[in-house]
Amino acid sequence: MRKIWSLTGGIHPAENKHQSVQSSIGSLPLPDRLTIPLNQHIGAPPKLLVAEGDRVLKGQVLAEPKGFVSAGIHAPTSGIITHISDHPIPHPSGMAARCITLEPDHKEQWIEHRGIDNYREKTPSELLDIIRQSGIVGLGGAGFPSAVKLGPKQPISTLIINATECEPYITADDMLMREHPQDIVDGIKILSFILGDPDEILIGIEDNKPEAFEALKPYLQDTNITLVEFPTRYPSGGEKQLIQILTGKEVPHGGIPADIGIVCQNIGTTYAIQRAIQHGEPLISRITTVTGKACATNRNYQVLIGTPISHLLQNNGFDQSQCPRLIMGGPMMGFTLEELSIPVIKTTNCILAPTAEELPTPPPTQPCIRCGMCAEACPASLLPQQLFWHAQSQNYEKLEAHNLFDCIECGACSYVCPSNIPLVQYYRAAKGEMRKLAQEKINSDRARERFEFNQARKAKEEAEKAAKREARKRAAELARAKKADQEASPGGADTETNSADDIIKAAMARAAAKKASPEEQRAKLERGIVRAESHVNAAQQRLDGLEQDATDKQREQARAALEDARLRLQNAEQKLAALGAPTDDKPKDVTVDTAKAVMDKIQASPREALEKKVSTLKERIAVTEEKLVAADDETLKTALQNGLKKQRAKLKDAEQQLAETPATADQPKSTPKTEDAASAAIARAQAKAAAQESMSEEEKLKASVESLQNRLKKAQAKLTAAEAEGSEHIDAFRTGVEKLQAKLTAAETQLAEKTQ
Amino acid sequence: MYEIIAQNPLLAALTALVGLALIFGAVLGYAAIKFKVKGDPIVEQIDSLLPQTQCGQCGYPGCRPYAEAIANGDTINKCPPGGQTTINAIADLLDVEAPTLDEEHGVESDTKTVAYIREDECIGCTKCIQACPVDAILGAAKQMHTVIISECTGCDLCVEPCPVDCIDMLPVAKGLADWTWDMPASSEEQVKALRADIIATDKPGQRDGVDAA
Repeated sequence: MRKIWSLTGGIHPAENKHQSVQSSIGSLPLPDRLTIPLNQHIGAPPKLLVAEGDRVLKGQVLAEPKGFVSAGIHAPTSGIITHISDHPIPHPSGMAARCITLEPDHKEQWIEHRGIDNYREKTPSELLDIIRQSGIVGLGGAGFPSAVKLGPKQPISTLIINATECEPYITADDMLMREHPQDIVDGIKILSFILGDPDEILIGIEDNKPEAFEALKPYLQDTNITLVEFPTRYPSGGEKQLIQILTGKEVPHGGIPADIGIVCQNIGTTYAIQRAIQHGEPLISRITTVTGKACATNRNYQVLIGTPISHLLQNNGFDQSQCPRLIMGGPMMGFTLEELSIPVIKTTNCILAPTAEELPTPPPTQPCIRCGMCAEACPASLLPQQLFWHAQSQNYEKLEAHNLFDCIECGACSYVCPSNIPLVQYYRAAKGEMRKLAQEKINSDRARERFEFNQARKAKEEAEKAAKREARKRAAELARAKKADQEASPGGADTETNSADDIIKAAMARAAAKKASPEEQRAKLERGIVRAESHVNAAQQRLDGLEQDATDKQREQARAALEDARLRLQNAEQKLAALGAPTDDKPKDVTVDTAKAVMDKIQASPREALEKKVSTLKERIAVTEEKLVAADDETLKTALQNGLKKQRAKLKDAEQQLAETPATADQPKSTPKTEDAASAAIARAQAKAAAQESMSEEEKLKASVESLQNRLKKAQAKLTAAEAEGSEHIDAFRTGVEKLQAKLTAAETQLAEKTQ
Repeated sequence: MYEIIAQNPLLAALTALVGLALIFGAVLGYAAIKFKVKGDPIVEQIDSLLPQTQCGQCGYPGCRPYAEAIANGDTINKCPPGGQTTINAIADLLDVEAPTLDEEHGVESDTKTVAYIREDECIGCTKCIQACPVDAILGAAKQMHTVIISECTGCDLCVEPCPVDCIDMLPVAKGLADWTWDMPASSEEQVKALRADIIATDKPGQRDGVDAA
């Protein structure tokens, strides 16, 4: 006798199993339609392979597994797919999900299928693939894909077959063992082979199923399979609880049985695997218990997956008026069904239709009295009352600390609670909330990651842009500098600017020179005029000298020189006039006067020049005659007489010339007197200019005042003469006098200021 | 030795105290350097409690800036997406009284929404892509854009920049995967639901209406 360990906690609810074991596993007529939910397992939904209107054969794949944790579904019978739409499914939420609706053609026409005669010739992975493709999931209740469970990474030392079936009312596994012991043992052998023949193979069975025990026992002779019977106590059938009872080992918190070298399979799943491997039949039906006092007959049926519950119940004399609530699963862990059109799925082990007396509505909840009965009943050694408090206050941290997720939701605590507190419902709600929060946490972490990446990326882009801008700026600066260098080396920007500067400076200097020294300029011009006058005089004299014995050519030269000198004089005069109103009029006046005189003299020629010549010759003749008279020396007398002759001849020539030259102006403008006056004026002006240069300002002023006084006197004299004559120029004379008076007074005031 | 101490009790006590002060000072100084905490751990903790929608409803450009603001003394009730749960969690962390949500920043919504682009109206301007704080919108210039639903935080920052108003905030469809058990009604509510005339000695089946309920 093998040692067994006892279950922690646990309860002894009324079993109510006897009602449904009275008759063998029955079969039902085909329903009008089968509704097969796509997702009947834990994991990813499978990939749909058929479309509406398709005709399918029995056992044909309707959807194939998609992803690692997934299972396919198959057509339970031959027929036509009428709908692929949302339909209410067996779920505590009562929600609808995608379902395939199949209308049977009642031909039960199987798809071609063949079992494996000797599975030991196959590899475990090939067998696992067949299991996977056959859509086999854990039939005990959770619906976890069996292929995943049978392919653990950890080495397996113990295989446990769960034949406990601890929940009240349910007898599906019991009846299966009674009727198919050989198939079950074959299935166990297949599992053993797949798992690499573990050291120990155990079948755990409660002592309330002696018939099943006896039925199995003969088939276990000569095998390494041990059938272990242990006392009935709810919830021994829980995977972790069964492992604890049979091996004394505990599955670690958050771990799976494979972590301690154990794989646990339900006996119904074992049978399904046997059918799949040895007969090639996918999972298209299961044994379901239909029980409860609201049904006339309580029995187990081999039910096709997708059969509506209404069809099951109708065939068992179901009285809906007697049944306040219809339950799928057992009374402890099952859930209420809202609709009768909901189909049987792979995990449906029981349809319970109890009357109100049989399973009364729980009375109103009373406050927790801290009796501790729940803690005693808990098979997972938790503290249900603490979990209750924390679940009520939504203190998820504390719930985590109290290992809420080790709760198997067996309902033992709720069963024993004297205050009728629906403890399990609190835990389920809290678990859901915590899962949701955990998912939200994962999502928010990912959002944070993405946000931070987004920010980092934007910052990086910004930095790159800034770097590019900077680079462009630097390149532009470099290019500019290079260009400047190139310009500087041959002609040079510096020299250019320097030269420009120089030009500007020079121009400014010139402007300054022009502006700064009007005095100097005037002086310069005056000097120029003087020089021009002397040139004119010299030219005139030369011309005069040439008069007697010069060739025409020489005369021409002399005339050209005179013309040149005259031009220069004119130029100088213009400049002087352009210089504007001088502060000191005197020198200008003088020079202008002299210049005028010179001009007169020049303008006089050639006729005037001839007249002048004549007059000078006459004078010379007169002088010579006087000398001749005064002379007493003979030689001197003859010389003088010769000279006189020559002079007279000259005079004659000149007079002849004069007569020849057309008399343009009757009035002889230039007389010897005016010529004299002009030359005298020039001489005076020269003398004055010379004197002025050596004079101080005061002296200059005094001189100018004096000269002005003289000029005024002269002008006044002229004016009186003109008045006396009644000349037409009287007004001009008068304004001239007035001007001179104004100038004189200005000069006098200036002088007075200076002397003060 | 003992005699010296006995003769100069004041001096001895003083020496002992100064000596102890020096030793502990050295130990504390060493510990301050050796176990120095880098950064502000409270910001990280607050940030981990915030919902990371990056919606900016709090007035800060993202959850982390708001976490920093809270660490610097801002109020903790400015996060409508987090709602009261987040406020409670932060209040718990900071050991302060949990205030109610500041309505000024928005109202807590039970339904999670995600952005949805009506794709045949999208002109491909990429404005929503630039506005998305979590890069959950896929598309390119002059190409149709679409929202990666699983990455969308429902911040609705993309709605406003859209020049053709083709973005809707739609509630996330609740499927079987999102379903959870509801919390059972409290005993008071149960009593109310069953008529309020129940007394402690009442047994199941003795009252009218209970069975039918």
